[in-house]
Amino acid sequence: MAGFKKKASREMPEMNTSSLPDLIFTILFFFMIVTTMREVTLKVKFTVPAGTELEKLAKKSAVSFIYVGPPTDALRAQMGSGTRIQLNDRYAEPREVMDFVAAERQGMANQAEQTISIKADQRTQMGYITDIKEVLRKSWALRINYSASKRN
Amino acid sequence: MAKKKKKMPGLNTSSTADISFMLLIFFLVTTSMDTDMGLARRLPQPPDKDQEQAQMDIHERDIMCVRINSQGFLWVSDGNGSGYAELADLRARAKAFIANEQNLPKFPERVAKNIDLLGMCYITENHVISVQTDRGTPYNVYFTVQNELVAAYNELRNELAKAKFHREYAALTEEQKVAVRAYYPQRISEAEPKNYGGN
Repeated sequence: MAGFKKKASREMPEMNTSSLPDLIFTILFFFMIVTTMREVTLKVKFTVPAGTELEKLAKKSAVSFIYVGPPTDALRAQMGSGTRIQLNDRYAEPREVMDFVAAERQGMANQAEQTISIKADQRTQMGYITDIKEVLRKSWALRINYSASKRN
Repeated sequence: MAKKKKKMPGLNTSSTADISFMLLIFFLVTTSMDTDMGLARRLPQPPDKDQEQAQMDIHERDIMCVRINSQGFLWVSDGNGSGYAELADLRARAKAFIANEQNLPKFPERVAKNIDLLGMCYITENHVISVQTDRGTPYNVYFTVQNELVAAYNELRNELAKAKFHREYAALTEEQKVAVRAYYPQRISEAEPKNYGGN
């Protein structure tokens, strides 16, 4: 009887995993695209203040950061513990902000939307912030953003 | 003797998954998904050197002045008088000042203005909240003050949105948002520090 041949053994067929690498690659590419490598090494340490009425920084490509705070522990021996301003990878004076803004603006596609995000330590004295703001005004970088963390 | 045709053995790809897993984990670890948050502000345009600074005619009733000294204490002066103030009271005080619901003469004048979707409104269009700081003011206090003032505006806008459109401000359409913003324009003056400015 042809239809009732006894089967040799019932084994679970192995799952086909040949598409697994493709799957993983897809996830990998997703993460590769969303990843933004931190391009500057922080030379100042800061804890941003906390606020409730915060907005997200919308256009990442049009944002430049200014860091304000005391030097990191490793650099404190050389640089002291006074408040410093960091632009790109080095310490700077408030007046250098103008060049920094101009240089950052050069590389931007949408220059009108240039936003400066000020990441300042919460114990900073306002004098430093005011100096930066004055220079920003003079260099027509009027959109600013006080970086902060969310508080409930 | 004719040899059988040799077949190329297939490349063993069973480790591809492991390799891509490793890469995946590397990117997972290095990714910082943190979205930067912050308080967005707009600076005033730089003063014109050639021109005389346009003296804005601002009535005393239209100004609320918040001064923060180097110790981080607040001195608020508005229609309710001037004196030291607590940070916790600032929001309510700013709201009363901005809205001036009873049209009191000590608070900003309500001017008639035609706004799309809302019609003829009487709004405190000319009010100014001026924040002045000392060079020694802690940034933290300044930021919290700014935050409270923005919160006052946001709460007022939210209340208006609920009253007129029965929805939260965030859920409004773009035209409705524009109308609500026109009703409560944000007028926080980033006052220039004392040692700058010619006048």
